[in-house]
Amino acid sequence: MSEASPAKAYGLHFGAIALLFVLSFLLPEYYHGLLARIMVLAVFAMGYNMLFGYVGLLSLGHAMFFSAGLYGAGLAVIQLGWSVPAAFAAGLCCGVVLSLVIGLLALRTSGVAFMIVTMMFAQVFYLIILYFSSWTGGDQGMVVPQPARVLAFGATSLDLTNPTVRYMSALGLFSLVLMITLVLVRSRYGRVLVAIRENEERTKMLGYDTFSNKLAAVVISGIVCAASGAAYALLFGYVGSGFASVQYSILPLLWVLLGGAATTLGPLIGTLFMYYVIDITSGYTSAYLLIVGVALILLVLFFPKGILGSMRQRWLGWLP
Amino acid sequence: MTPLLTTKGLSRNFGGLRAVDSVDFTLMPGEIRAVIGPNGAGKTTFVSLVSGRIQPSSGMIVFDGADITGLPAYVRVRQGIAYTFQITSVFANLTAYDNVALPVQRTLSDGRSKGAVRAGVMAALDRTGLADRAHMPAGQLSYGHQRLLEVAMGLALKPRLLILDEPTQGLADSEIDNFITLVREIAANATVLLIEHNMPVVMQLADRITVFNAGKILAEGTPEAIRENAAVQQAYLGTAP
Repeated sequence: MSEASPAKAYGLHFGAIALLFVLSFLLPEYYHGLLARIMVLAVFAMGYNMLFGYVGLLSLGHAMFFSAGLYGAGLAVIQLGWSVPAAFAAGLCCGVVLSLVIGLLALRTSGVAFMIVTMMFAQVFYLIILYFSSWTGGDQGMVVPQPARVLAFGATSLDLTNPTVRYMSALGLFSLVLMITLVLVRSRYGRVLVAIRENEERTKMLGYDTFSNKLAAVVISGIVCAASGAAYALLFGYVGSGFASVQYSILPLLWVLLGGAATTLGPLIGTLFMYYVIDITSGYTSAYLLIVGVALILLVLFFPKGILGSMRQRWLGWLP
Repeated sequence: MTPLLTTKGLSRNFGGLRAVDSVDFTLMPGEIRAVIGPNGAGKTTFVSLVSGRIQPSSGMIVFDGADITGLPAYVRVRQGIAYTFQITSVFANLTAYDNVALPVQRTLSDGRSKGAVRAGVMAALDRTGLADRAHMPAGQLSYGHQRLLEVAMGLALKPRLLILDEPTQGLADSEIDNFITLVREIAANATVLLIEHNMPVVMQLADRITVFNAGKILAEGTPEAIRENAAVQQAYLGTAP
């Protein structure tokens, strides 16, 4: 995080983006669609990683930030008939407002209490979605109609349901968030966040207002997760309460732990790994979750810091 | 001359224990003041109250003419009160460079240029003799070097009042000599409040000494006066049979 090897770090990230770009033309249809979905969910994981990996705040309620974006964008299109960019912006705004309010309340606690408080708020959010089922579709969810998922620029228009457009939009969002993360964690603000994770008391005694810094991190994390949710609604056309359930608060934690907390590319690796293990094993047996569980245990045993985290520890000290 | 720091009736209770008991204390700018006293006399509690790490039960603290009793610790740090921890509390997983960069980047007024952070960090590391270890994780430094890193972080805050809580604890004799020189250099630009058990260090450095016992100030004066003070000898050595 000091000034060691910025060229290598940027090279690696541009390389990863370029690889994902090339894959768009090589992958068969099924995996093409799957990877687009993984990239959008990796954005969710990156937002989670921002708070969990760098600031050390373990939230069990991030499903609410993802669904704030998902429903913010989805409802804007379905109920209000807004255009795609306006709906995306609405999703982001929902993420900002929600994360600001939740941050102000939940950051009064820390440790286990923070986990429980965030989880409770997420449950409240989930139940609100079910309660207002006449607008939200309840547990059935809603489908964003295909004609609404078109990005119009004057005369030309981009159909987000087209696989290539969808893939490239997902890649665009992913690349943007990846580069923002990289710049952020290498910045002075990133250094302060890590300092808070390592020793909050000491950071205060260096003159930092740790509450404000943490609140900013919650909001950044909330915006990124909401961006992922909004993109999911607009690209894949489904808005469902399942995404607000506790499962979707735990999944980003798993993805980040697998890929490596506090690594910039770890969230993508973790999401990718998890999806492919499930995809491959479910082809052989209906007890695929058992195999996923074994894979997770092996990973924790041999790569306790996640795939990239352990690689950084052992071989690649420069990895951001 | 107005005092840099004044406390009036400063007290702190822990349950039934009065760790600090209505202390009236005055510190003039430019001084090196040593605070000594037997274990449990309330020295660390007293400086923790001054730095804002803990809140007083009663009393008030005035820094540079302004009442700071209610201010949170980070605001006091920004006003120039730096505290180095008794129990070494560096960021073990960060490099020595990053440890010092944290205080440096906050005190920079221009805020943007990367070169300024680097220059500030290396200056602080140079002064403490850690420049060649800049890229080692702080946790891998020897204990003595971690103590010096603490001081470098304190220095980088450009404090007006630097509180050193048992800085020579665990240092080798050769390191202590360097340390005394370092504190003298620091005192050219800042007031130093030093909690110390090592009497030769106290006698060499301090302009004045404040002796704590059972949460109260027992005596205060020049090193010579304290050395001759019967009450101090009694507190340290016990009553003659």
